[in-house]
Amino acid sequence: MTAEASRYLLESVIVLSGLAGILAALLVVAEAFIADYGECIITINGQKELRVRGGDTLLNSLAANKIFVPSACGGRGTCAYCKVKVLEGGGPTLPVEEPYLTGKERQEGVRLSCQVKVRRNISIEIPEDLFNIRQYRARVERIRDLTYDIKEVRLALIEPGTIRFRAGQYIQLRTPPYGNVREPVYRAYSISSPSQETDAIELVIRLVPNGICTTWVFNYLEAGQEVLFSGPFGNFYLRDTAAEMIFVAGGSGFAPIKSILLSAPEAVDRRGGRFFFGARSVRDLFYLELMRDYASAHPRFEFIPALSEPHPDEPWHGETGLVTEVMARRLADASNKEFYLCGSPGMIQACVRLLRSMGASDEVIFFDSFA
Amino acid sequence: MNPPHVSPLAVFFGAIFTENILLALYLGMCSYLAISRDVRPAVGLGAAVTLVLAISSGINNLLYWRILNPFGLEHLQFISFMLVIAAVVQCLEMIIERYTPRLHLALGIYLPLITVNCAILGVCLFMVIRRYDLVQSVAYGAGGGIGWWLAIVALAGIRQRLQTSRIPRGLQGPGIALIASGIMALAFMGLTGIIRTR
Repeated sequence: MTAEASRYLLESVIVLSGLAGILAALLVVAEAFIADYGECIITINGQKELRVRGGDTLLNSLAANKIFVPSACGGRGTCAYCKVKVLEGGGPTLPVEEPYLTGKERQEGVRLSCQVKVRRNISIEIPEDLFNIRQYRARVERIRDLTYDIKEVRLALIEPGTIRFRAGQYIQLRTPPYGNVREPVYRAYSISSPSQETDAIELVIRLVPNGICTTWVFNYLEAGQEVLFSGPFGNFYLRDTAAEMIFVAGGSGFAPIKSILLSAPEAVDRRGGRFFFGARSVRDLFYLELMRDYASAHPRFEFIPALSEPHPDEPWHGETGLVTEVMARRLADASNKEFYLCGSPGMIQACVRLLRSMGASDEVIFFDSFA
Repeated sequence: MNPPHVSPLAVFFGAIFTENILLALYLGMCSYLAISRDVRPAVGLGAAVTLVLAISSGINNLLYWRILNPFGLEHLQFISFMLVIAAVVQCLEMIIERYTPRLHLALGIYLPLITVNCAILGVCLFMVIRRYDLVQSVAYGAGGGIGWWLAIVALAGIRQRLQTSRIPRGLQGPGIALIASGIMALAFMGLTGIIRTR
């Protein structure tokens, strides 16, 4: 390369990068002046007031004040977990949000908090439960096998030392980087221990082939180790009515149902309850003894395990068939009943279809789908 | 050899009427067709384009004649013009978002897309070819913008009236908008040559 050519190249680079640098600096300055919305007040549920610097999203502004609205996509507007009701000051609904909002939600002012920017005083409504969401540090107290691919993990809380949750809710367990996993990953697991127990929680974790978090739990996690989780989340919990409770679960979907049963024995005695548990064969069943004891202590409760593919050489005297087939046989109709479903999306869909065909309205069907 | 000096006023009016950037040169068609369904957002976008054009043609004029040309770096004109235009649009977006959120919502993606509106780069390049000085360039930019504004508002007005007219199914939407633009362009052609702009 001749000296002239290299000088030419150098000048081009200098001029271009200088220009880009100056423009970028100007934009930063402009942003500091123009996008400065001053101090804004977020009023939550008409009571609590937060003073925040305007300009950021509602989701981030709340998180900065330790109110954790659930969000899985990191504020990109794709998971729609971060819905909150904006009563005032949220501006018009953006096109990004529209696909995730039903007509009713739009009327009520429900928005995705990751898309709403705080630019003036804003008034919102969030479930009281969100105030309880914290990040917890805990020590693994015990891990035991429930079946060949399901483990029960017991976590004793360290900081904060106690947790308040509604039976049926879930937490998000943090998987630290290990092996080829470079970034921490959060996965949702339902709490299986009763809500009266506040200094420890139990989880039921099923091994998902190649699952980042379950592989870590099965191969790396040991008693005595410290872990982090956040929660409690979710609106899968017992409603206070007089209807009979019908629980349906598959696999690790047992967890929230166990928590509900152990937390509200008086509701079981008063309302009556049946628990359909779907599994493939005898080796997939667990907590049988617990359920037997529970049923003998609560005469109005019945535990109905159903095996879809029982092994011929295994002794099995219970129900066989898909859990939906067994439900169709055992339930005469859907009147005066409430349904709590927890399991794989496929199982939930099949159950919801069956229950609708039996005449159950969507208001009495509650579910927690393990995607 | 310098061309005879043309009054900035002549450049300004020429850019609006006799050499309308949109109707005579067909630049900036996409947002013109997309945002001309309604008069209000069309007015807003036209104002935004005009502002971006006036500012960026001035800055780009200085940039070209004070930096690029003296250093023999004319080959950088496309990329550096684009950088300037993008920065101006960013600034403008911040201002619109801050002060008129409704207009911001109505313009949506077309606001940042002003960056790649060919009318704007077109004006900046013509201004270099015609060797306009700073005042002429700003006049040309502002005039070009107002011309574009005029055209999009006129089309939006026409399209609003067309909503109640009976249009053959195959021509509805962009089809009839292109025909209307063509007729407008014919009308503007009648003004050609009245003002000398170079």
